[in-house]
Amino acid sequence: MIKYLPTHEYIRIEGNEGYIGITAYAAKELGVVTYVDMPEEGDELTAGEEFGAIESRKAASDLFSPVSGEVLAVNEALEEDPTLINADPMTNWIVKVSIADHSELDALMDEAAYEASIK
Amino acid sequence: MENPEIKKTCLHERHTALGAKMAPFAGFDMPIEYEGLDAEHQAVRNSVGVFDVSHMGEIIVEGPDAERFVNHIFTNDVSAIPAGHILYGMMTYADGGTVDDLLVYKVADDCYLLVINAANIDKDVEWIVDAADGYDVAITDLCEAYGELAVQGPDAERILSEVTGVDLSLMGFYTFELFDGEDASLPVVISRTGYTGEDGFEIYDTNERIVELWDALMESGVKPCGLGCRDTLRFEAGLPLYGDELTAEISPMESGLGMFVKLDKPEGFIGSEALKAQKAEGVRKKVVGLEIDSPATARHGFEVLNAEGEKIGEITTGYRSLTLGRNLAMALIDAKYAALDTPVQVRIRKKLAPARVVKKRFYTTRYKKN
Repeated sequence: MIKYLPTHEYIRIEGNEGYIGITAYAAKELGVVTYVDMPEEGDELTAGEEFGAIESRKAASDLFSPVSGEVLAVNEALEEDPTLINADPMTNWIVKVSIADHSELDALMDEAAYEASIK
Repeated sequence: MENPEIKKTCLHERHTALGAKMAPFAGFDMPIEYEGLDAEHQAVRNSVGVFDVSHMGEIIVEGPDAERFVNHIFTNDVSAIPAGHILYGMMTYADGGTVDDLLVYKVADDCYLLVINAANIDKDVEWIVDAADGYDVAITDLCEAYGELAVQGPDAERILSEVTGVDLSLMGFYTFELFDGEDASLPVVISRTGYTGEDGFEIYDTNERIVELWDALMESGVKPCGLGCRDTLRFEAGLPLYGDELTAEISPMESGLGMFVKLDKPEGFIGSEALKAQKAEGVRKKVVGLEIDSPATARHGFEVLNAEGEKIGEITTGYRSLTLGRNLAMALIDAKYAALDTPVQVRIRKKLAPARVVKKRFYTTRYKKN
């Protein structure tokens, strides 16, 4: 299952873990990604709060967490090549987190709602 | 997104037809990029690109006192140049803060064209009209009547000469010529000026004819360029943008633009006393270049700290330079730290990145000076 924030982050949910990244729409709007400012493994994220940033030539956008939980892993490949996000934003997640409270997922948009929001 | 207040230039339909990414800038809905910022930036550095800069403001000052009056509101000295020449400079407040930076075209001893920033049009017109009290001058606002294109890059001279049928090879840097237009009161202006660090031209004409010229340039294969690369290009060349490196709180001296400030004009100008004092006593803050050792880019407003971690200023503009591949910024900092190679730090969100002061003309400009 994949859920979305209006700020264009997705979370792909696998049981008690989730992979957070930005949507294809956001990647296209940003243009070529030049840097991803990521948290560190073990950092605690809070739903709705900023946890990093993503930069392109044009802009820097804060990244917001869809859920509360602990950072289990960061996608280190993005340190070498941040443009992987442009190539395939769904495969190239930014952080892997534990999902502490599944009820937080209810507040997120489903795919249909997200697609409608970017029309 | 639909804002009834937002203005459109004469080329708005062309931009949207080209699929440009549009965004509000200075009250206008402007193209930020078409194909992409990187390609547009490289086109200007390596061949030629065209910008719609019709949002810029044009003001005519004419009359018996025109020269005295322009010199009264302008930091540079228009009595020092012949007709057909252009000066860059600023208008300053009495305290030395900057009203705007602008180009002044000397049409004749008693007639000047002032080209001002779009974001400042209302403020500038009011400032100029108020300052004109007691001077025998007429001030005409042509901001809406004129459209403007900037054709920039090493191939600009050849392409624009072909498209206009005018041999521009002899036109000197910071000079201009007037040509008959469709409206006798709105001559066509072509000048060898720009805001990219490359050779290039700016053309002022009626809105209808600017659209025709745009279309002709498109047919000649000139790349349309958005405001995104206009900013990365001017940044590399170390050129200030009003709002970033010049503001009501940043004087030309503090921005390192003293060469455009003539403090020895016999009658002075508005702000000259304050700027003289800044020059005599030394400025307390200064715009500098920074090279940053980090993969992250510094943005406007990010804090600059000294080696001990105390705040000494803020970033005004920052980019990873497309042409040079270096992570660079301009910053307004305490003048104590402005010496070249001074180590400083930049707070990029939660992290501190080491940086050092460098010359802010990052890119060696390639103007064609005859």
